[in-house]
Amino acid sequence: MGKFLFWTLITVILVFLTVPAVVVIMSSVNPTETLAFPPKGFSLHWYARAFTYQDFRDSFYNGMVVTLFASTIASVIGVAAAYVTHRYNFRGRRLLEFLLAAPLIIPRFTTGFGFLLVGAGLGINNGYTIVIITHIVLVLPFVTRSVYVSLVNVDRTLERSAANLGASPVTVLLRITLPLLTPGIVGGWIIAAILSFTEFTASLFVTSYATQTLPVAMYTYVREYTDPTIAAISALLIISTTLGMFIVDRTLGLKRVLAIESH
Amino acid sequence: MSTQPATGQQGDIAVDIANVAKNYGAVVAVKQVSLPIRRGEFLTLLGPSGCGKTTLLNMIAGFEAPTAGTISIDGHDVTNVPPHLRDTGMVFQNYALFPHMTVFDNVAFGLRMRKVDKQKIAREAEAALDMVKLSGMGGRRVKQLSGGQQQRVALARAIVFGPKVLLLDEPLSALDKNLRTQMQFELKDLHRKTGLTTVFVTHDQGEALSMSDRIVVMSKGEIQQISKPLELYSRPVNSFVASFIGEINQLPVARLKRSGQAVAFAFQEGVTLEAEGDHAHLDDNSDVSIFVRPESIDVAGVQGGPGNVVKAKVVSHIYQGTHTVTRIETPGLGLLDMRVGGGHIIDQKPAGSPIDVRISLENAVVLKASGAK
Repeated sequence: MGKFLFWTLITVILVFLTVPAVVVIMSSVNPTETLAFPPKGFSLHWYARAFTYQDFRDSFYNGMVVTLFASTIASVIGVAAAYVTHRYNFRGRRLLEFLLAAPLIIPRFTTGFGFLLVGAGLGINNGYTIVIITHIVLVLPFVTRSVYVSLVNVDRTLERSAANLGASPVTVLLRITLPLLTPGIVGGWIIAAILSFTEFTASLFVTSYATQTLPVAMYTYVREYTDPTIAAISALLIISTTLGMFIVDRTLGLKRVLAIESH
Repeated sequence: MSTQPATGQQGDIAVDIANVAKNYGAVVAVKQVSLPIRRGEFLTLLGPSGCGKTTLLNMIAGFEAPTAGTISIDGHDVTNVPPHLRDTGMVFQNYALFPHMTVFDNVAFGLRMRKVDKQKIAREAEAALDMVKLSGMGGRRVKQLSGGQQQRVALARAIVFGPKVLLLDEPLSALDKNLRTQMQFELKDLHRKTGLTTVFVTHDQGEALSMSDRIVVMSKGEIQQISKPLELYSRPVNSFVASFIGEINQLPVARLKRSGQAVAFAFQEGVTLEAEGDHAHLDDNSDVSIFVRPESIDVAGVQGGPGNVVKAKVVSHIYQGTHTVTRIETPGLGLLDMRVGGGHIIDQKPAGSPIDVRISLENAVVLKASGAK
């Protein structure tokens, strides 16, 4: 009986978690002009439209540019931040750790709105820069965390050993520490890329028509059209991010990257 | 307290530790240690955990800075020199092999840091692998090696660039017993072939006795004794060394009695043991602690011999193959362990049976009793 209840509960939770994705994917194959669930047939027509619609093509490209820069720059900053907070004890270390984690608790629209004002003040609201900066701030906590966990797991005697063999501190960092951190850095980068590419709330504030990212373009699209194209593109996004997460999990271990578990 | 060896010419000293102390806040890890390490010797730092031996080793390597004193290598003061410029080769307890590199790259690391040219690196790394009996294993990944092989790679990596001193931090402790014995032979062999000044840290007195030219026994951050293995075993200078090296029985405190040349020790319950030698450094009527090795106690046989025959009772036997450790209880002397060849005694004298034993004080260690026991 207890076992039955347990599995029922698990099933209910799983259904609740996956139902939006399932509904979206199913409605994307609806052949008619309206969004409908359950679908009244099967057609990949809307996928063709999703791929050819110019706004989606442009915003996909924008998103790629922003994601590539934001996650890469965030990774570099994240490595430095994690290294400094893990290895050195200095005045303000706690404050730095808090600031790095702050984007997790500050509402996204607040971050977006704040950067919108900053961008307006600097007159850069029409370019990629402000979007990239916003995304860096948003993904930084995840990258830093991922690298930090890897750092905790780096055996310090390996660094000592390298120094003993004649490696200067810089060489130790480049030849020993960084290579050992690679899984954490790559994992952090992929998580950052997924978060950045699918980020909507803050992006809505800081993007212009010229720099809008895919989620923003999708939002604009639903406001004007109600056909299943939006479901099709959503389905593509769901599938590709799932794939990304799957790769991270298989190669690096999702638990480690998300810092749920340090081994 | 310590028997300081005669310091030779500066050229004979590879590493000179002079008045070195190390504190961690209020905790004293090493107290005022002076230790000249001779060129080419195999020196062991021996002591229980927390005695300061590893801290001392880390200070030679440069991982820890002394709070006071200086450390010189080859006559140069290196107290403030960072580890990577010290030219020491260290083997760590967990080997610390670089997991993202092959065996060859691990061994070649020290040579690459010294900007040795490629062909020479290939040659010397292979020669070092050869020396630790891992020829042709250079292409393996570290994870593919057994514990013993990893140990050898760590050794090859530490000696390949010709360090001024080889530092070994309990390198055998992670190996199983058979492998440990084998590695002891190989380490000695390697030391003989390379002639490297070697500092070996261990808490295992067996390893220390079997491999060292000299042993430095440490306790609580201080050197207790510096001696050759044989001397350390037979002539410990204090009760710590006596009880730390090998098995030993500590007899209850006795009173030394002199009559002419003869010396005797009087215990409780009227038991008296006659001493060997004159113990000239001890006063008449002073209290002494006496330490007797199990091999100095034997069953009193038909033929007489030196030593005192004492009546005792068998408490228990521990059979060890080549010999048996028999625990006996003696009025006035308490529980004593004796070492008897073979295992016949177990049947001849079962637990509870009376036994006459001969206690030889020829190799006993007799020290002035310290105030607190």
